[in-house]
Amino acid sequence: MNQNVVVIGGGPAGIEASRKLRDLGYTPILIESQPALGGKLTRWDRLFPDGVEARAILDPMLQDLDGIKYFTDTEVLSINRLKDTWVVKLSNGLSAQVRAILLTTGFDLFKAEKKEEYGYGIYERVITNADLEDWYKSGAPLQFDNVHTIGFVHCVGSRDEKAGNRQCSKVCCVTAVKQACEFKEKYPDATVYCFYMDLRMFGRKFEDLYLKAQKDYGIRFVRGRVSEVSEDIDGHLFVKAEDTLFGKPLKIKMDLLVLMAGMAPAASSASLARMAGITTGEDGFLVPRSIVGDACRASREGIFLAGAVTGPKTLPETLGEAASAALAIDQFLKTPVKQ
Amino acid sequence: MIYQGKQRIWSEYQKEIPTDHWFYVRSCIRQSFFPASEKTFLEILRDRLGKDIYETPSHTTCGGIAYHSEAIPQETMMTIIARQFALMTEAGYENYVCSCITSFGLYSEVIEDWREFPELEAKIRENLWKATKREFKIPTYLAHASDLVYKFRNEIAEQAKFRLVNQQTGKPLRVVEHIGCHYAKMFPSKGVGGAEYPYVLAGMVESWGGEVIDYPERRHCCGFGFRQYLVKANRGYSVSNTHKKFESMEPFEPDMIITNCPGCPYFLDRWQYVIAEQTGKTYGKDGYGIPVFTYEEVAGLVLGYDPWDLGLQTHQVAVEPLLDKMGIPYNPEDKYKGVDGKQLQRPEFPMNIKCC
Amino acid sequence: MIDFGYGLTPSATLKIENVQNPRFEALHELEPDVVKCIACGSCTASCSAGCFTEMSLRRVILSLQRGREKETLPMLRHCMLCGKCQLVCPRGINTRHLILSIGKVYGLNEEDGR
Repeated sequence: MNQNVVVIGGGPAGIEASRKLRDLGYTPILIESQPALGGKLTRWDRLFPDGVEARAILDPMLQDLDGIKYFTDTEVLSINRLKDTWVVKLSNGLSAQVRAILLTTGFDLFKAEKKEEYGYGIYERVITNADLEDWYKSGAPLQFDNVHTIGFVHCVGSRDEKAGNRQCSKVCCVTAVKQACEFKEKYPDATVYCFYMDLRMFGRKFEDLYLKAQKDYGIRFVRGRVSEVSEDIDGHLFVKAEDTLFGKPLKIKMDLLVLMAGMAPAASSASLARMAGITTGEDGFLVPRSIVGDACRASREGIFLAGAVTGPKTLPETLGEAASAALAIDQFLKTPVKQ
Repeated sequence: MIYQGKQRIWSEYQKEIPTDHWFYVRSCIRQSFFPASEKTFLEILRDRLGKDIYETPSHTTCGGIAYHSEAIPQETMMTIIARQFALMTEAGYENYVCSCITSFGLYSEVIEDWREFPELEAKIRENLWKATKREFKIPTYLAHASDLVYKFRNEIAEQAKFRLVNQQTGKPLRVVEHIGCHYAKMFPSKGVGGAEYPYVLAGMVESWGGEVIDYPERRHCCGFGFRQYLVKANRGYSVSNTHKKFESMEPFEPDMIITNCPGCPYFLDRWQYVIAEQTGKTYGKDGYGIPVFTYEEVAGLVLGYDPWDLGLQTHQVAVEPLLDKMGIPYNPEDKYKGVDGKQLQRPEFPMNIKCC
Repeated sequence: MIDFGYGLTPSATLKIENVQNPRFEALHELEPDVVKCIACGSCTASCSAGCFTEMSLRRVILSLQRGREKETLPMLRHCMLCGKCQLVCPRGINTRHLILSIGKVYGLNEEDGR
């Protein structure tokens, strides 16, 4: 019988690592707390930078689960060390005894309502990147009339010490530009603003997308962080920011405002880290042995990490890390237990 | 607007406010600007609600106006405040409630400064001892007087004779609530409801039958801003800030404004006159302004006090249109009579804003 | 009306919603690359005229976009078309063509610019 490996978190990292482990001859036990596998990728419509449909990536993964035991709607109740193994107890009454556990619990979307001044959950026309992506995916007509001016607010809960999220969430800049261009495709007459602090277009083709947004889509970029949002009598929004390049405060009436909520550490990661006795960083993300050279192994033997559980990552980075984690686990399991 | 969203935020900013035994300190300017407000507060709390509220004639200014206009240094202001705390300590109280928002902000600021810089507190204790031979305890609870009225808003509603409801239409009055900047902007956790969507006045308005207006410049300063007003060369900034607020609230057609700061009602009231005389523009119906009230005045109206006993004749903007809407009876002949019933001088009426 | 010795101060806030900016649109048509500017400031830093005057091509582009050309157009008076900004522009904007197009669209003459 194949050796079991427990993989906790059924998003892209968990699925990809499970497939790779299966290909290497193991039986992954994939645990997902939600009713379905796929994680946050299930909510995406199209992916940056090329506009590939998210399901073109996800569907083939979900159709290739043979040889993987997976449990949805399932929580991990406890993780205990027993000699050189780990005993994982699940909420469905099952438990597994394995030598290796992979944590792929990803991230939580930053709760945009924490930025009180932006009025998410108070002003109807303030939505998040996830809400907009849901809407793109649904293909439904926009729930608001007369949307002529729309703004994207970068860095909502990112690079924000006060909100408890100091790190850059990495994917929001390019996501904002992607979503802004898509909005222009649907509403060519709309005026679209992006409020940014820095534009971090680090990935291949990201800068091309930015250039296209400027030249082909006429997206207007304003360097300045939105400081306050309010609502007028018709339910339209007033947005205040500084145009820092112009050196003057700016006030714009908007019909829709999209908050680019960033990546916060997953609440589930912290509790799993406590159960397994591994290190959580002061930023809340889990800590690998080396961010540079040993990114997939946690501080305790037999615990492995992949994807956004160790910090904001793009999908290709996550998939790549899932594969390396599978190889690291394989190497670990092939090494005989020291007697 | 999604009301539940605000309720969620309000639930996160619940301030602990003890129900009784308070050491009360007045404001420097409110007794001349809004002469019956503090008296009404004391009457409501002592006589109607049976609370123990202690006052001492030894209380002085907190030094706030001088401090914010850079006339006295921080250390002097802190020593003055230490003396007020000593008066509280000597009277055997631990709960300190002040009438003024500037004072409230300053007390909060000083307590925080002392927490961050204990050596500063030690020095101030020494200053106070050298100057007055007094010692003090920092209040266990610090509240603004509007916190207390908020706390007892439902008890006041139970005794209400009038509600913030338009008697002609039966609809709730549309109320602008304006919070003093120093109430919660510096320390959001010290204010009921926090700083972005304060609930302290909104709670009173809801409890007394009115409807709160959320207009775009709701969070903006009233325009006082100390040096913006006190220095004449800057005074244009003061009136411009007020103007910005009125332009923003105008489409909502507010019936009234309720405030919790000494400066805000004064400037929101008087600058309406200045704006009218400079530009010809008024913001109420039929050439009137939008009447502005302190929360004590509104509580007094709700409880059925005579408007002239509440000092409403000292307002620049006529309050009569609001009294008519609420169905509050008043005798226009008594408006400018003194406490002895003798007719005082009648004020000159402005050109561009209608008064009664 | 009464003169109180102080009055309403005009707001410094930029209001850019619904700003009809037909001249910028015309400029955009003549020189589409004008929107490619990333405000890096290379042009301003290396400007031969910028060392001695307030000339900043970066600021000119931004103010045209914001419909506030009056504030910066006179700067262009100092431009000598030396081409230094074109050498350093990372977006490869043809700044010479841009500046001449601005002159054409905004009608700069001997009095108010080049």
